[in-house]
Amino acid sequence: MSNRVAAPPRSLFARLRLRERIRDRDTAIYGLLLLVALVFPAISLYTSDGSTYLIAVAGHAGTYVLLAIGLNVVVGFAGLLDLGYAAFFAIGAYTYALFASQQLLASPIHHAYHFPFWLMMFVGLIIAASAGAILGFPTLRLRGDYLAIVTLGFGEIVPQVFQNFDQWTGGINAIGGIDQPTLPAWVTGPWAGADSISIVAPFSFSFDPIAYYVLIFILVSVAIVLVNNLQRSRLGRAWMAIREDEVAAAAMGINTVTTKLLAFGIGASFSGFAGAYYGASFGLVSPDDFLFIVSITVLVMIVLGGMGSIPGVIVGAITVYFILNWFLPLLPPAVQSLASSIGLGSLNARSGDWPGLGNETQNVTLLLFGLILVSMMLVRPQGLFPSRVREQELKHATGQEDEAAIEQAHA
Amino acid sequence: MATSVSALTRIRSARLAGMTFTDYGFYVLCGTAIVLLATQAVLDPRTFFQVLDFGIADGAIYALVALGYTMVYGIIELINFAHGDIFTLSAVIGSAILGFFTVSENTFSLTEFVTLLLVFPVVMLMIGGINVTIERVAYRPLRNAPRLAPLITAIGMSFIVEGVMYLWHGSAIIHFPDLLPHGPGFQTYIGGVFFTFKDIFVIVAAVILVSLLAVFINASKLGKAMRATAQDRDAAQLMGIDINRTISATFFIGAVLAAAGGIIYGLYFNNLDYHLGFSVGLIAFTAAVFGGIGNIPGAALGGLLIGLVKAFSDNYVGSRWTHIIVFSILIAVLVFRPTGLLGMRVPEK
Repeated sequence: MSNRVAAPPRSLFARLRLRERIRDRDTAIYGLLLLVALVFPAISLYTSDGSTYLIAVAGHAGTYVLLAIGLNVVVGFAGLLDLGYAAFFAIGAYTYALFASQQLLASPIHHAYHFPFWLMMFVGLIIAASAGAILGFPTLRLRGDYLAIVTLGFGEIVPQVFQNFDQWTGGINAIGGIDQPTLPAWVTGPWAGADSISIVAPFSFSFDPIAYYVLIFILVSVAIVLVNNLQRSRLGRAWMAIREDEVAAAAMGINTVTTKLLAFGIGASFSGFAGAYYGASFGLVSPDDFLFIVSITVLVMIVLGGMGSIPGVIVGAITVYFILNWFLPLLPPAVQSLASSIGLGSLNARSGDWPGLGNETQNVTLLLFGLILVSMMLVRPQGLFPSRVREQELKHATGQEDEAAIEQAHA
Repeated sequence: MATSVSALTRIRSARLAGMTFTDYGFYVLCGTAIVLLATQAVLDPRTFFQVLDFGIADGAIYALVALGYTMVYGIIELINFAHGDIFTLSAVIGSAILGFFTVSENTFSLTEFVTLLLVFPVVMLMIGGINVTIERVAYRPLRNAPRLAPLITAIGMSFIVEGVMYLWHGSAIIHFPDLLPHGPGFQTYIGGVFFTFKDIFVIVAAVILVSLLAVFINASKLGKAMRATAQDRDAAQLMGIDINRTISATFFIGAVLAAAGGIIYGLYFNNLDYHLGFSVGLIAFTAAVFGGIGNIPGAALGGLLIGLVKAFSDNYVGSRWTHIIVFSILIAVLVFRPTGLLGMRVPEK
């Protein structure tokens, strides 16, 4: 500990090497993710005998990646705790669902609209961003966690509003039969069950998991490029300045309200995007899809992945999605087959109070998820792949505290 | 954009007769609520006072839970998401303990009285111990970690506590023995308003607990240590206060109040499930923010007000709008009163 106190100030050379390391690790993660994203569909098609189920799951995971990237702008970059992110997701999804289905025929305006997906994706984006700005405008001067509560309240209000205005949104019955995106032309081949590679024109997505996978892959890639550029821009630096010290940032001439408003609006726009994709890929939008638990899940994803680090939050989103939708549901059958293979098959049967090993495993999944969250956070409080800049800052801060403790001990 | 923002700031800080624009907004909001309620009180006093009675009883329970949120937030700035589930767990444990006794739900005799006297301290101590353990395991190691890390372990702890209750009872509704005296002998009409013994019990119990807490915080040495730690942890440590012990004590007392709230909830409503803590916790936390988070009288007031708002909106607007109304009022109050009803304006650090 005394070494650290005595350590000479870092040379310029050391700083340069640090920058190299930042670039290296992040490039490696991006490369790995790209490779997995490209190879995964082929492998899953090959191993599961042409079933596209896993690709559909991956497409849905992509929605969460998009949400995590967007929330990272608000929470990770600008340091504003947002506990109602699902509200903007809901706004994006309902914008597409209302204007691309028969829903409005039964509403008081008696006319169904069918705008194309490609247009509505951007309309959803703009509407979600404006909702973020409208919510942020009066409330962004609130300090710290009061803002978190306002967003929490907003997140509670929005799904309820969609549910209660059932004349317009169908309420609890959800909006179904949402239009599928169409393209003038598309390539088909053996992977889609066709005999040879050929071009279909015009092409409708019609719940084809592979087409949606390609779409979300493109959307996520665009989002990654966008947020990377944003992070390095003047605005991105202003966000980080506000995150570290709002008063100092304001003193340096940053307009904190406008900057925070932009973080809110831009963060919300990603979930508007994701919402439109979600509505199209499921063909069904219900108020229950956007409850508080969705906001919490996305927050868990980014904190677990490493706040402020874009590759970190992507890995976090994929990890948490994988745990929730693949690992935990598949656990009961896996435990059952493990028990029978090691000669404890009798545990699988239900007897008396014992509900059988499979059911019992099913019952502990919630408990297990909690344990995973707590232990992961205790092992790596800074997240899986924290942003290197923040990591250095944190280390520096604790170093200072150590020094203070030493001084205290001497006194 | 920039001009509109500065215009907004100008409007906000503009003063008229010594009050800012936001103060006027706040008073207009309160005035509207009072006028609307007064109209109802005049038009149909019986319904009004009936709803008032229920709202106060409901609000008293929220106040007990909100106190735990506000105390923990005040001392370590953590939104303790597991607190609502601690509340539910206390009701579940309470009903399990009562299951050991042969209590009768129909008559109130010495047996029922003794079991009631017994179940309160036992469950309160158990839940206090559990909450201190949670703090020790999940929050203390992360005290110097990034700010959101303990928030995530709190969410994880909430899942764990819910998971334990799910493992225990499944998603079935858990019955809590209806022990309090009820029936024709313990209810009465005063001026056409229906009062039961249970309402009185809930309100009196909550008032006693909150007063005890107030005395403890303001008069005892440990309470003084808590206030000092909440104000400035480092300075408190330099004054010789054992920070870890003080924080543990805060979690213990918060859990004790939540446990009392849980048993009172069980005695009052008689039905609960493993997921109850989620919604109660959300509303109670809202109540804590409403009163000014970190402020103990504020949490009690906020709980009471949220209970009243819920009761009035259930009755006059319709229960499916209640959630929207509660959170809209919350947002409006925070816009006009950024630090809650009783919160202090703290200078920025």
